[in-house]
Amino acid sequence: MSSSSRTPELAAWSPALDRPTLRAIALVCLADAIVGASFGAISVSGGLPLWVPVVLSVVVFAGGSQFAAVGVLLAGGSPLAAVAAGLVLNARLLPFGFAVADLLDGPWWRRLLRAHLLTDESVAFALQQSDPRRRRAAYLTCGATLFVSWNIAVLLGAAAGTAIGDTDALGLDAAFPAVLLALVLPVLRTERPTRNAALLGAALAVAATPFLPPGVPILLALAGLLLAGGRRGPVPAS
Amino acid sequence: MPLFAIAALAAGTLALRLAGPTLRQRMTLPPHMERLLTVAATVLLVALAATAALTQGHGFAGWARPLGVLVGGVLALRRAPFPLVIVAAAGTTALLRLCGLS
Repeated sequence: MSSSSRTPELAAWSPALDRPTLRAIALVCLADAIVGASFGAISVSGGLPLWVPVVLSVVVFAGGSQFAAVGVLLAGGSPLAAVAAGLVLNARLLPFGFAVADLLDGPWWRRLLRAHLLTDESVAFALQQSDPRRRRAAYLTCGATLFVSWNIAVLLGAAAGTAIGDTDALGLDAAFPAVLLALVLPVLRTERPTRNAALLGAALAVAATPFLPPGVPILLALAGLLLAGGRRGPVPAS
Repeated sequence: MPLFAIAALAAGTLALRLAGPTLRQRMTLPPHMERLLTVAATVLLVALAATAALTQGHGFAGWARPLGVLVGGVLALRRAPFPLVIVAAAGTTALLRLCGLS
């Protein structure tokens, strides 16, 4: 990791963000860190060696798929099944990458480092900003801060092992959807076609959840886009 | 988890992350397609929020979680500050569970 080249970048960009946004990013990192600690603890107390959750978090850096992969393994599934479950859950990163592609320019190594910071949270914070400079600042600040806090938390959780109790008691599983809703709400409020598309997509995804492997129902939500393009000319069927 | 499985998951995930930016460098999209990609990201985030709020595995998540998200969502609709939204969502769910509702 070229932290030496990224730190000045962040220092130059972070002032582009206002205090409420920075505070919101910090809070999301804190909530995710507790979830990360529980990921480390669950992995180790389930019998995996300490390095597995730690390395997995650094190189994969996608919470949902980490939980899915380890969950398959701890339930006695094969490593291949674990990889497949994780990859299907991460399939949404592909359309997310298309949406924030303008933030991932430059030489290949920089594109690689920045692409690694692509998460639900960093995309949501980026989409919240309309100014291009602030979009970039939001994406990088959220992505980098989350990367550092998530990985430290996983390490601490793995080291603590079973000492970490059930995080469901803290209600943190309700925090993640609430965060996403709060971040997309400004767009949903002002753009009616987007709102219609999102509502239809969400309904489709929830309805399909009992029948499809985790991660696939989310992709079905893209069918909601058929409602979004109507006012701006025909949408290519895709 | 064997090293090859970790490497495969990492490589596959990075490929998914890089595919969009790499493809878009090589082509220019008409403005309405550019817009559609942004809308697509919003649609996916809302679907993610909905499934994460309502479902666990293949079934219903239980009442505590969606009720907490609902409280957070209503506060966000009323333009409450972001920290309040998160704390209220998690706090409501935690309280409901403390009272025995799953």
